[in-house]
Amino acid sequence: MKTILLVVAVVALYILHQDIWFWRSSYLVFGFIPIGLFYQGLFSVAAALLMWLLVTFAWPSHLEREVEGTTPTEDEAP
Amino acid sequence: MIPAIVVFIYLATVVYIGIFAFRRSTGREKAEDYFLASRSLGPFVFLFSLFGTNMTAFAILGSSGHAFANGIVTFGLMASSSGLVIPLTIFLIGTRVWALGKKYGFMTPVQMFRDRWECSHIGTVIFAVQAVLLIPYVIIGIMGGGTTLYTISGGLVPFWFGGAIVAMVVMSYVFFGGMRGTAWVNTFQTVLFLCFGAVALVVIGHGIGGFTAAAEGLKNSPMSFLLTRERISPYYFFSYTFIPLSAIAFPHILIFCLTAKKMNQFKKTVIFYPICILAIWLPCVFLGVMANRVTDVPQIKAKQEARRVLATQGRTMEPEQRDALRDQAAGDDVIMLLLQHYAPIWLAGLLGAGIMAAVMASDSQILALSTMFTEDVFAFYGGKRRFGEAVQVQTGRIFIILITLFAYAVALRAPETIFELAIQYAFSGYAALSPLLVAALFWKGSTKWGALAVTVWTAATVVAVAVFQEMVPAAAPGTQNVIWTFGGMEALARTPGGTAIFKFSPVVPMVIGSALLMWLVSLVTRKPAPSTLARYFGGGHQ
Repeated sequence: MKTILLVVAVVALYILHQDIWFWRSSYLVFGFIPIGLFYQGLFSVAAALLMWLLVTFAWPSHLEREVEGTTPTEDEAP
Repeated sequence: MIPAIVVFIYLATVVYIGIFAFRRSTGREKAEDYFLASRSLGPFVFLFSLFGTNMTAFAILGSSGHAFANGIVTFGLMASSSGLVIPLTIFLIGTRVWALGKKYGFMTPVQMFRDRWECSHIGTVIFAVQAVLLIPYVIIGIMGGGTTLYTISGGLVPFWFGGAIVAMVVMSYVFFGGMRGTAWVNTFQTVLFLCFGAVALVVIGHGIGGFTAAAEGLKNSPMSFLLTRERISPYYFFSYTFIPLSAIAFPHILIFCLTAKKMNQFKKTVIFYPICILAIWLPCVFLGVMANRVTDVPQIKAKQEARRVLATQGRTMEPEQRDALRDQAAGDDVIMLLLQHYAPIWLAGLLGAGIMAAVMASDSQILALSTMFTEDVFAFYGGKRRFGEAVQVQTGRIFIILITLFAYAVALRAPETIFELAIQYAFSGYAALSPLLVAALFWKGSTKWGALAVTVWTAATVVAVAVFQEMVPAAAPGTQNVIWTFGGMEALARTPGGTAIFKFSPVVPMVIGSALLMWLVSLVTRKPAPSTLARYFGGGHQ
């Protein structure tokens, strides 16, 4: 369930990136930032939050465990 | 000239950091230490060097230049989509490649592909395509260096000499410092250009009399479309979300993923990557747009005039005339012109150094090419066994000199703007190679023949797009030359800035075609041995 929610969040953010609702708007947030640019700036912050969620709830710690105790030697290197 | 002197001091600092500051006396040289810093980078250096190595000249120069001509759309096209896709791929792919590198000693992506798909010469084909596609990235750095020094020095340092200085500096610290030197230089540079955006914003904002007046003026002018995306097709905008797939497929990024000491170090990188992109791109894009309201900088006025002529008379001009006007209107140096005009002279130098920091990101690409050559070709075909590891490292160093000289020679002749050159060839090509990684790491059924099909497809499509754009002149502004229709739809068209395939940029069919080929060819070809699959996907295959 946790994985499904995270996948949904990633897909949702990908769709939100298209931002068709502010496509033609030249409204200036705070009097100087175009709304389309402001939205994409907030999108970047949302992306960072999503990454925090992924790192917190879906971190592939099994990879770390697999590596522990496996010390590559020169002979193993291809 | 003072700003240029500050930049030269900066270049000397970079050489010092790269060559001497973190040098370790190790006696006999080990390839893993020279090429991967012994897989020992800490969290701070890992975050900043990984981010820095992915920020090339276009992060500051190309982004502001693109925004100058196209408006705020630049940020959504390249920055915010990268802020989502790149950390996601580092999270999903980078961590897995790191773990496999630790377990099996891989130093390059091709080593992993050869092991995963039990292939040899197919790996060499992948190496060749990767290397050819990486060279434009190196060229971008040298071109950016030439442009920056030329502008900062007020034309006293010609483009060819500026490019040569940058090439020499980068070559020196990569040659002597290897991955450790490169990583520390990247860290220093990233800190510098992260500060750049905020300072440039304040200084230029003050210089042009505040952003509120400039933005309002732009909104009420015929250029108000720059504050929106009304002149950009949603298909084109969507296409660009495929471009950041290239980042994880770039060998220098994957090789950097192998340098982390612990996997935990990926956490900060994944989380802070979108914020770093925001910090550097947002000010540059915003300033690029606002440059359109600047009336007291003659060079910027000349660019605006060239663009106006192109827009009003471009349709009746010969393609060569249009190309010449496009060159005049190109805004790659617009942010430096703003700084020169509005910043105090000492600050312009420091900010110029910040620009140089972004421009000089080609170090990692040069080192990656050297690592790939020595590991995937020299060592694989017996050179390491016959001549030893010390000779392997020396071979890598000779390769660094040769590749830098080649890139410099091409940079002197390349006519495209920084942004176009990067996007059209390297980024689209690497995005099309990304299914290789996904298939290798997540699909047991993938085969070496599927990998070969992806690689050949990528090379063929990059060449096809380049040839098409060379043969069919760019369309006039606001128009497109439809070359082929299919079922009433515009299947192939030449646009003012490139090519459209069913209205999408070529990168979309390139990536989808790669994924389909990997799937279809793998379905009908022999899989690797169960013992190999077991090493990558766990039990159940022995």
